[in-house]
Amino acid sequence: MTDESENPEMETHVQPSSLAGIASAAEAKKAPGSSALGVGLEARNIHAWFGDKLALRDVSLDFWAGTVTALIGPSGCGKSTFIRTLNRMHEFIPTAAMAGEVLLNGTDIYAPGVDVTQIRLKVGMVFQKPNPFPSMTIAENVLAGLKLANLKVENKDDLLQECLERAGLWNEVKDRLNAHGGSLSGGQQQRLCIARSLAVRPQVLLMDEPCSALDPGSTLKVEETISHLSSSMTIIIVTHNMQQAARVSDYTAFFLSDGGPGELVEVGHTNEIFSRPKDTRTENYVTGRFG
Amino acid sequence: MSSVQVSERPALPEKRQLTTKPRFSDKVFRGVVTGGGLSSLLILGMIFIFLLYQGFSILHSQGLHFITTSDWNAAVDDNNVPIPSQSHFGIAAMLIGTLVCATIAVAIAVPISVFTALFLTFYAPSSVKKIMVTLVDLMAAFPSILYGLWGFFVLMPSAVYWAKLLNKFFGWIPFFSMQAPVFDRSPFVAGVVLSIMIIPIVTSIAREIFGQTPLDRIQAAYALGSTRWGMIRAVAFPYARSGIVGGAMLGLGRAMGETVAVYTVLNIVYQINWHVLLGAGGNVASMILMKFGEATPLEIKALMAAGLILFLVTLIVNSLADVIVSKSGKSGR
Ligand SMILES: Nc1ncnc2c1ncn2[C@@H]1O[C@H](COP(=O)(O)OP(=O)(O)OP(=O)(O)O)[C@@H](O)[C@H]1O
Ligand SMILES: [Mg+2]
Repeated sequence: MTDESENPEMETHVQPSSLAGIASAAEAKKAPGSSALGVGLEARNIHAWFGDKLALRDVSLDFWAGTVTALIGPSGCGKSTFIRTLNRMHEFIPTAAMAGEVLLNGTDIYAPGVDVTQIRLKVGMVFQKPNPFPSMTIAENVLAGLKLANLKVENKDDLLQECLERAGLWNEVKDRLNAHGGSLSGGQQQRLCIARSLAVRPQVLLMDEPCSALDPGSTLKVEETISHLSSSMTIIIVTHNMQQAARVSDYTAFFLSDGGPGELVEVGHTNEIFSRPKDTRTENYVTGRFG
Repeated sequence: MSSVQVSERPALPEKRQLTTKPRFSDKVFRGVVTGGGLSSLLILGMIFIFLLYQGFSILHSQGLHFITTSDWNAAVDDNNVPIPSQSHFGIAAMLIGTLVCATIAVAIAVPISVFTALFLTFYAPSSVKKIMVTLVDLMAAFPSILYGLWGFFVLMPSAVYWAKLLNKFFGWIPFFSMQAPVFDRSPFVAGVVLSIMIIPIVTSIAREIFGQTPLDRIQAAYALGSTRWGMIRAVAFPYARSGIVGGAMLGLGRAMGETVAVYTVLNIVYQINWHVLLGAGGNVASMILMKFGEATPLEIKALMAAGLILFLVTLIVNSLADVIVSKSGKSGR
């Protein structure tokens, strides 16, 4: 649990004002059903298999637009599997199968006739390991999504700057936009990947342990980025860092597998999950008594 | 005095020698691999020395004419004894034929191979993939005479058709122009046969490299809403480019050295022929094959010298490829 040990130091870095900002935003976020922006993404009865092995059983979760939902749980409980069913990346694994529905704006993304590339434009993803395209420059990396999906945009420079600013990277790279993506530090690369996923203007952003390879300073920057972004999109973040979940998320969902398939144990407001969880298994996990 | 010494950093220490005591098993293995590595170098060196030894006198007497002229005349007296002073040997036509046929072969084979490899790596269902990989590898093992015969009897009529089309629409390009309507047995047909021979090699190298494209980059592209083609363009090609160049060079090497297939298909004529559709030409290897049987001792030396030149040209082409790969490589990796 290196995450825990680095944390006290991090708390001191966080400016009280920004913490308060996040907290009050979370307070302002209403109970499920009352979000002004409505439901962003609904997962209904998701099951996932790898070959014959059921990895995820019957997960139903609503993600509200304009909120951040953290997925927590011990290793191997199916968090990544679940998040990858939300933008149809799950099906890249040859033996993978799924059941259930994922509704984006009310329509099932697995319905026959759906163009999967359109889904992935609307539901972006940031991976655990920063993966910029090494053959492209920083600017090309940010705008890669447009090229890959054949999208036209009027003013590329404005979009470039906007995305890098939203990802909190602009000041660090504005003088070397033509340097190669691989020439950045790990934390900068991860924010570059965030900027890259913002350029196609997704409604939902999936983040699978985006900070697990980053130092505390970069982690903080990414967290600030997340709270900036959350006002305009739905964010779902997998994290092993309880403090991070508490800091950035409005809702928290706890997953668990008892050796068999992973299941959703409990979901609720983040402060409730951490202060008075309904399930003792959740309590044990968030207080660090197992996991 | 002392304050000066304090402000100065102490001199850097000597760099230490980093050694380890080798284990016995490691020593043995090291010996075995080193032996293997050296023996291939040794064999290559011995071939080179043999060719040089045999061919030197001809290279010396003919000088640059050996590679700039095209007459091949082994003069003999009435008793069938060679007369070196009246003999002339030049392989310019054959050298150019070698390069022309090999270039045509690579130009046809590389696109086909790359598309095949892309299909096998990113599109084919695994059952199709297995079968096709086996077939393609099998193609690489066919004896070249079979390609030659097939090229002669089956491919030639249709290749002649394509050659006529090329001539009709691209005849204004010097390479495709014709002085005489002899479309049979041309470098073009030979190039097509050679391309079929090198497709398996280039395909399997390209497939190998496409298959190694880092998964996280592929996923990054797809997660951005990329189409499959977009992913291939943005991720797989930059990653594989240098390897594909390497594979193409290997194919080029094989095409330049191919003997029997070219001998079967091509109409060997001692004249420099840039018109790829015209039925005349040859390559160094097939010329050696053709002449070897009835050659006088002097002529044999000339053939060895021709072999030496082929050896050197292949070497140059391969080193050139190395330079290209290392210059253009890195960025996509
Ligand atoms: N490609 C795969 N093939 C087969 N089984 C897999 C594959 N990926 C994951 N699994 C299995 O599915 C289950 C869930 O894995 P998943 O990666 O979703 O866990 P996770 O909660 O993300 O864990 P972590 O916190 O360690 O990332 C595990 O039991 C794992 O072994
Ligand atoms: Mg995971």
